[in-house]
Order: sequence, then structure tokens, then C-alpha cells
Amino acid sequence: MNQKLKSYTAQTYIAYALIAPAAIYIILIVAWPLLETIRLSFTNSSLAGEDYVGLENYQKMFSSKKFNGIVTRTFVWMFFSVSLKLIIGLIGAVLLNANLKGRSIFRVLVMPPWVVPIAIGMLGWLWLYNGYFGIIAGVGMRTGILDGPFGFLAYKQSAFISTIIADVWVGTPMVTVFFLAAMQGVPRDLYEAAYCDGASRWDRFFKITLPQITPVIITMSLLSAIWTFNSFEIIWILTEGGPRGSTTTLIIDTYKQALGNYKFGRGAARAVVVMILLMLFAGFYLALLARINKKISHE
Amino acid sequence: MNKYNPFEKILIYFGIFVFMTFILLPFIEMFYASLRPLDHLFRSPYQFYSDDLSFWAYQEMWNTVPMLGRYIFNSFFLASCVAILTLIFVIPAAYAYARFKFPAKNTSLYILLAINMFSGAVILIPLYKLLRTLGLLNSYQSMIIPGVAFLIPTAIWLLKSYFEKIPIDLEEAAFVDGASRVQILRHIIAPLSTPGLVVVGIYAFIGAYAQQFLFAITFNQKKEYMPIPTGLYEFIGYQSVKWNEMMAAALVGMLPVLLLFVFLQKYIVEGLTAGAVKN
Repeated sequence: MNQKLKSYTAQTYIAYALIAPAAIYIILIVAWPLLETIRLSFTNSSLAGEDYVGLENYQKMFSSKKFNGIVTRTFVWMFFSVSLKLIIGLIGAVLLNANLKGRSIFRVLVMPPWVVPIAIGMLGWLWLYNGYFGIIAGVGMRTGILDGPFGFLAYKQSAFISTIIADVWVGTPMVTVFFLAAMQGVPRDLYEAAYCDGASRWDRFFKITLPQITPVIITMSLLSAIWTFNSFEIIWILTEGGPRGSTTTLIIDTYKQALGNYKFGRGAARAVVVMILLMLFAGFYLALLARINKKISHE
Repeated sequence: MNKYNPFEKILIYFGIFVFMTFILLPFIEMFYASLRPLDHLFRSPYQFYSDDLSFWAYQEMWNTVPMLGRYIFNSFFLASCVAILTLIFVIPAAYAYARFKFPAKNTSLYILLAINMFSGAVILIPLYKLLRTLGLLNSYQSMIIPGVAFLIPTAIWLLKSYFEKIPIDLEEAAFVDGASRVQILRHIIAPLSTPGLVVVGIYAFIGAYAQQFLFAITFNQKKEYMPIPTGLYEFIGYQSVKWNEMMAAALVGMLPVLLLFVFLQKYIVEGLTAGAVKN
């Protein structure tokens, strides 16, 4: 049939012609800027102009204690945020998967943090975290946990934790929804067979549900790691990386260097580090995806 | 086997309650704050109860930030432009991926996925310089152009799966009957793929609406082009923040995407999870 429709090569040309507009757009707006970023990282580019400076940006960056601190901080921040998203997301999915009244409403109600523009959602968190008038400080003061107003975003440690919580809030709904979809994809007869054999609800979760959704859990861990690593707006709005750099992650630092000070060269060197790390994540993710797909097609 | 005893039921509902509190507390608190008079909000420690709730802030906010209406319009305008442009680029590409075999098909699909993993922050510098050279900084275009690029990959994947659901037999039958490609496109593909196009268009709209902040703070300084996510921060510029009005404006600003999403959540979630969750 296909041969009658068009020969293979003609098909190829049509396909390429159809894809060309999108491909060219992506090359111009994403691929070229990526390469240009690499080039700029070897220059001292600023609004005034640019000269090649070799590896200077990289040498300065890697020898600075501050930068090394930022890298470590980024991974600590990521680790807590991703773990919490996965744990809370899994618990949420189990709860919303229970066959009880109202679950379809809860499934919709879980999504707003995911859909709403982050910048707008963070206004709510700014109010919640307000040290004098916010509800969290209020509950703390009334229960005696806090002995006075406490600005959650004003101190190093509490700001670090507060930004993680806000990030978890943004990321959890998506994880929940994906886990839920995976749980519903588990064949029902597995559960019925286990039930007939007398397996408890607990056993069924650990011996059937969990192994069955493991591929999705792994995929989601990687995807959330990538998105968390990229998380910019949450920290920018809540703390702008402060107080005293305590919430400055790689992305925030890149942005500050590049567009806060218009030191494009230095910013670009940081962006290259971000790029390399992202490519590692993406490589892991795609390799994994290819393996999972292969496994599925073999079954 | 899906029966729960009362104790289990209570436990699950309690769990759901705690979980939902975490998810919804910011929204509830925003809404509550928007209804309370400012002097009630400015009491420390926090007062849980106000007796004179009103929608006053929803009227007053337009006076406090006179450009608010313009910001909301800008957000709509920007998101609509981005969504329409995304569709224009994505429809032919998705159709090609769904219907044709060609070299590098799978590789390029995976490259698209990989693009999704780069945040805009990595390429901001060259984009900033490019837009500056083209004289496009501080314009609608400066926010539309990068916005489209980051929506194309997912939109292609989503729309491709919709096109794949249209049985190829229909097209082949029409072809045998002597229909031209254009006719096939107009009379078979277009009507059958309308639901898919609507979903992808709305996905792009929501995505564009959500991602405005980064591009807006980086590429645009002009108030008249500001979208609502950045415009809202004007409430902070005053001597004391008018929290009730800011929360009211924030809720109004997020309402359009929330409504769209509630109506179409089933389709969007189905489409997005289909890629990651194979049955």
C-alpha cells in the first residue's frame, strides 16, 4: 500500500519538508544558542564587547570556593527536593488510588500547583512564609514553638528549607499524577490472583504494585531531578538566592552572573557546566527510556 | 477485595486530608487573605478569624495597580500568540512523525525529548544578545519567540500520538478513490484530529501562560508589555504591601489557566502520561 502511495524516498522528502519549519525554529532558538553559549564561555563578553580569554572564566570559576559551594548546595537542595517529591507523590498516589468516594474530585484538586504559573503560586508562599503576619509563623507563635515573629526566608537554614518545601509543592502533583496513572495500568488479574491466594493489602502493594510501577518511579526520579535542577523561578522569587547566598543554586548563580551583572562570558561558563550536567541527566534518561521501550516491545 | 473497614477508611481519608492541605493551603490562604481587610492581615500573631469579609480588594486592586487589566490582557495575548505559533510549527511535523518512515526519525524524536530538559536559563545569554541585535528587546516578540521554542517538543509528541490514533485505512481508502493529499488533509485528517488539536493548543496556552515569568524579567522592561506574573510584583513596590489586593489579583491571574485545565485535565493528563506510562 505504502509503495503504491509514494516511494520511500519521496516519502522521506515529504516528511523532511513537513518537519523543516519546526526543526529550523529549534535550531535557531535552542541549538544555536547552546553552541553560542559554549563559544561565549571562552570570551569576556559583556555589553561593551568581547575578546577571547581562553580558559580564564573556567579557571576563575573552578578555583573559587564560592562556586564549589554552589555546586554542592545545588545537589543537596536537589536531593532533598526530589526525594520529598517522590515520597510524598507515592503516598499521595496510593491514597488517591484507594477505591473510596470522592477520589475523582481529589485527583483534580491535586493538580493546581502544577498548572498555575509558578510565579503566581509563589506569591501565596511569600504570604505563608511572612514572619509577622503569615499563618505558619502565626501557628508557631500561638503554639509556643516560636517565641516571636520569624521570617522563614530571612535566615540561611530556614530559607534553604523553605525553598525546598515550595519546590516540592510545585513538583509533587505531577509525580502523583504519573504514579497514579501507572498504578491504574497494573493488570487487575494480578491483584485478584494474589487476593485469592490470601495476600494482604500490604503484600499486594509491595509485591505487585511497587515492582510493576518501578519503571515509572525510575523515570520520574530522573525527570524530577532534571526539573528540580532547572528550578529557577521558585528560588528567584522567594529569596533571589539569599540570604547571603544560602539558596543560590547553579541556575540562580548563572542567571545572576549573566543577566544581573551582564558578564556574559562568566555567565556562559556557568551555563556550560549546567549544560554538561543536564546532558548527563538527559543521557541517563534517554538510555533508560530506550531500554524500557525495548523490554516492552519484546514482551 | 476493595472493601475497606471503617478504621482503614478513616485512616485513608485522614491521609488524603493531610496531603490535600499541603497542596491546597496556599490557594485557600490566598483566597482568605483576599477577602480580609488589610488591617486584619497586619496583625501579629496571625488572626484566624475575621468577621468582615468582603470582595472589596477585588475592586480596589484595579486602582492600586492601574495597569493590571493591561497585564492580564498581555498574558492572554502572549499565551495565545505562542499557542497559535506552536500549532503552526507542530501540525506538519507531528503529522510527518505519525505517518511517514524516514531516516533519523527516532533519533530526532529523542532529541526533541532532550530539548525539554534544558531550561531557558541555559540559553538566555545568546538569546538576549540576539534579541538585542534584532532590536526586539522590550517587545511582545521577545517573549513570544523563546516561548514557542520550548513548547514545540512536547507538543509534537502529544499531537503525534493523536494523529496515530486516526486509522490509516481511512486515508488509504480515500487515496484509492482518487482523493488528493490536500483533500485527504481537509476532509479526513482535519475533522478527525480537531479534538487533538484543541488539547494540544490548550496545553500550549497553559504552558505559555506558565512560563512567561523568566522571559519577561529577562527580555522585557516595558510596563506596557508585561504579563501578569511579573506585573503582580508591582503590588510589592508600595510602602506597605497590600496583601489582600495582591492575593486577589493573583487569583484572578491564575483563574483562566485553572478553568481551562479543570475542563480539559482528563485529555491533557492522558496525553502526557501516555508517553511515560505504557500499559
